[in-house]
Amino acid sequence: MCLRICIIHLILLFLTGSGYSQPLMTKNGFAGFYSKTPFEDIRAENNQVYAIIDPTTRHIAFALLMKGFIFSKELMQVHFNENYIESDKYPKATFSGDCSGEMDLTKEGIYQVVIKGVLMLHGVSQPLETTAQLEVKNDQIAGTAFFNVKPEDFQIRIPGVVRDKIAREIKVRIHTNWTRLK
Amino acid sequence: MHMNRKIFFLSLICLMYSRYSNGQDNMLSALNDSMAANPKTTYVSGTFKALYIVNMKTIEAPAAAALNVEIQHRFGSINSGSYELWGLDNATLRIGFDYGISNRLSIGVGRSSYQKTFDGYLKYALFRQTEHTMRMPVSVSLLASMSYFTQHFQGKDTSLSNIYRINYTTQILIARKFSSRFSMEITPTLIHYNLVPTTADQNNVFAVAGGARMKITRRMAITMEYDYLFPNQLVSAPINNSLSFGWDIETGGHVFQLVFSNSQSMIESQYIGQTPGTWGKGDIYFGFNLSRIFNLKRK
Repeated sequence: MCLRICIIHLILLFLTGSGYSQPLMTKNGFAGFYSKTPFEDIRAENNQVYAIIDPTTRHIAFALLMKGFIFSKELMQVHFNENYIESDKYPKATFSGDCSGEMDLTKEGIYQVVIKGVLMLHGVSQPLETTAQLEVKNDQIAGTAFFNVKPEDFQIRIPGVVRDKIAREIKVRIHTNWTRLK
Repeated sequence: MHMNRKIFFLSLICLMYSRYSNGQDNMLSALNDSMAANPKTTYVSGTFKALYIVNMKTIEAPAAAALNVEIQHRFGSINSGSYELWGLDNATLRIGFDYGISNRLSIGVGRSSYQKTFDGYLKYALFRQTEHTMRMPVSVSLLASMSYFTQHFQGKDTSLSNIYRINYTTQILIARKFSSRFSMEITPTLIHYNLVPTTADQNNVFAVAGGARMKITRRMAITMEYDYLFPNQLVSAPINNSLSFGWDIETGGHVFQLVFSNSQSMIESQYIGQTPGTWGKGDIYFGFNLSRIFNLKRK
């Protein structure tokens, strides 16, 4: 009896570990950031965001290349990579976290959720919590989130002469369309 | 039954444990693996800070529809004595406009007070250095420039035909950013002078120029440039190779370059093939390049 139950649980464990959860993935998610000051507007957008979500465990992860951000002004892009984000040294930004709140991501519907996790940027990891909307439809999940980040939190140094041209808090917009892995 | 419960509980904990500790990290590493399996070709940016190392043009170019305004200024030579305040009383200026027709093709025009010269050029980015791979180890640009000096000849016939006032320069700019701190450029050069002083001088003159940048902080760099003229081409007057040093300071949309050079001119045909001064005798011109980028297109 004991052995039998034990075996059943082992099988269950094995099943859950390997194939039961079916994450949804995308390679062309969107991330944009926006800085507005009276002196200068900065806009940069990246359409090559890798993202993954597991509807059963509600784990969520993002990875993107800093060089994938396209700026409205080319010189800003060079400065961003060279002087601020140092993308030669820190090529990626990543996020991994969990969704919480009322939701059933295996069923169609629109869910307002809270995402909590760790954002790694410029080699610095910081906790991040944001509200987000997840929409499950046709075997796909669309996610949208807005949040703010402070450059100083990630040890991005901004010299005094340009400090007023860069917002203290940078607005970030994330949008992804996850589809099932094939 | 008690035993069964224990085992059930234990495996449940195991299950949760495997989900919680590995789940997120597994997902992130799966993303990283997927990213590594689909590398995108990216190109090196910021090989140099500006369009000029000191006098020589770099492979950098204004982006499409961006206008670069360049003000180049050289004081008089340092050995000109206290009456001239060691050169500070005199100045040679060039104002230039560089415009990006596309992300590869740019055009520039300028006017310099040195021999009252107009100049213009076209620069085309042929290859761009790729990042993280040696698929294209260097950036290569082609440069075709032209200069036209309008200064009158004192006490001589002032009606020197226009055609004799024009010189052409063709350069292949080959640059590599070796690291985020160090970049180098080599430029084989052919200059054609429509008029040379004597028949012993060649009209087609070959030279090779080399320049380098070393970043010392995130926004400052030290630069060096040497223009080597192959011997026995221009023989009627003493011509020296041009050697220049610079200090680049970057502030947002500006690049400020403090320079020292034994050439007073800032145009290829003049500083490569018509530099009379030498560092040893103190014919050193202090000055600066100042550039500002304007974006003419609203995105």
